[in-house]
Amino acid sequence: MEHYHMNLTLKIWRQKNNKSKGSFETYQVKDISSEMSFLEMFDVLNEQLIVDGKEPIAFDHDCREGICGMCSMHINGEAHGPWAQNTTCQLHMRAFKDGETIVVEPWRSGAFPVLKDLVVDRTAFDRVIETGGFISVNTGNAVDANAIPIDKKNADEAFNAASCIGCGACVATCVNGSAMLFVSAKLSQLALLPQGAPERESRALNMVAQMDKEGFGNCTNTYACEAQCPKGISVANIARMNREYLSAGLGTEA
Amino acid sequence: MHFQFRTFVTPNIHYNILYMTWKLFFTSSIGKKITMGATGLFLISFLVIHALLNSMIFYNDGGETFNHWGHFMGSNLIIRTMEIGLMAFLLLHIVQGLKLWKQNTAARPVKYMVSKADSKSKWYSKSMGLLGTLILIFLIMHFYHFWVPSRFGGMFNVQALGEATLGQEYNNQTVHNLYQEMLNVFGRNLMVVIVYVLGCFSLCWHLLHGFQSAFQTFGVSHKKYTPIIKTIGVVYSVGISLLFASMPVAMYLGWVK
Repeated sequence: MEHYHMNLTLKIWRQKNNKSKGSFETYQVKDISSEMSFLEMFDVLNEQLIVDGKEPIAFDHDCREGICGMCSMHINGEAHGPWAQNTTCQLHMRAFKDGETIVVEPWRSGAFPVLKDLVVDRTAFDRVIETGGFISVNTGNAVDANAIPIDKKNADEAFNAASCIGCGACVATCVNGSAMLFVSAKLSQLALLPQGAPERESRALNMVAQMDKEGFGNCTNTYACEAQCPKGISVANIARMNREYLSAGLGTEA
Repeated sequence: MHFQFRTFVTPNIHYNILYMTWKLFFTSSIGKKITMGATGLFLISFLVIHALLNSMIFYNDGGETFNHWGHFMGSNLIIRTMEIGLMAFLLLHIVQGLKLWKQNTAARPVKYMVSKADSKSKWYSKSMGLLGTLILIFLIMHFYHFWVPSRFGGMFNVQALGEATLGQEYNNQTVHNLYQEMLNVFGRNLMVVIVYVLGCFSLCWHLLHGFQSAFQTFGVSHKKYTPIIKTIGVVYSVGISLLFASMPVAMYLGWVK
């Protein structure tokens, strides 16, 4: 692939803290290599800001390998930028042309308040997980890993659901700010496996209730979340969650 | 909202489960979807009957067949009882829809400056509230034209002529001349015809999303069945909207007299 350098204009959301009102600031970066990742470009910009005696831009990142789900930028109107099934850290500057203007915004959701600049508070997801996104495992001797037979189709679907990295791009993209793709993936990965069976009903009821409590919007089946998800999580999971909730909600005797 | 949990403890597992009341079920995000989907499917089934009976105008027999079925629908006890349910479900669909609209708008207090969300989903999927509002405005007009006069007076009456095929008991009765009402509403006024056709357009897009969405809401997502459901949804939405739209047009242009 051809290697080139570019000069860019960046319009970045700056916000001091979760109380203050933010605004866009415009920055220029020069000689950005097309082989840099998007976050490396931000590192260059931050170095430049520090040299100039200005406050560097706060943004979330951790593994920079596309697997941790920490990076969270809304780039030119798309969560994680223009590449399909890709995270911000794995977005490379060859996605952009010399002289381009790039607009970077934080995830916009009432349930994800902005903490600073591009960093949002996604602990709402953690609280949803705490109510049912787990299985109980007793201590004792280690159990043989493959002792329980599992249907191949269910194993595959559970694995696909489990590839959700919890980045929140679904919430950021959804016109309603709904978290159903995330919650349904976390519910499905356990609901499909025998290990998840004992807490199946409580998981569906508790997680949905907590999701609603956090102030996420209601899913209206526009399927934008699936199109934008960096891991390609399917909306079939949302249908499964609806089934789980229906049977648990109407089936439990109290 | 304050949640109540019950705790279960067995020798090897300990868990809390939400105390599930009817209220909690139907006010939850999924419960609201279920309400929208169920009432929507009911309204979809109503439209089939509505379109089918209205199509009787295409017999072009001066409204005889149409008025006969209009009289049947208006005088049948079962149908009249179902009408109450229909109105209740329509109201529920509207109220719940407005509630969802309000909540979903509030879920994103600060909007994006740039958004390419339009390329990620169908515009009509995201505009159900707007399309629904347009349909509601149309419905108010539609009710004013037909439903109100037929229920609360002001409708032309006609002596049923009654061929033998329409049944003896129907003959020589005075029935509402809904056909004449249609001719009066659509025959002369181009603006009304345009509004009705636009109403059918809104309905078409509303149904294009609503039909398949209802099945997803009920948890039907299947590699074999979902494509079939989606195809039926498209055929139904386009077909029923075209059929409805053709009625005022046919009367305005004098194809049906």
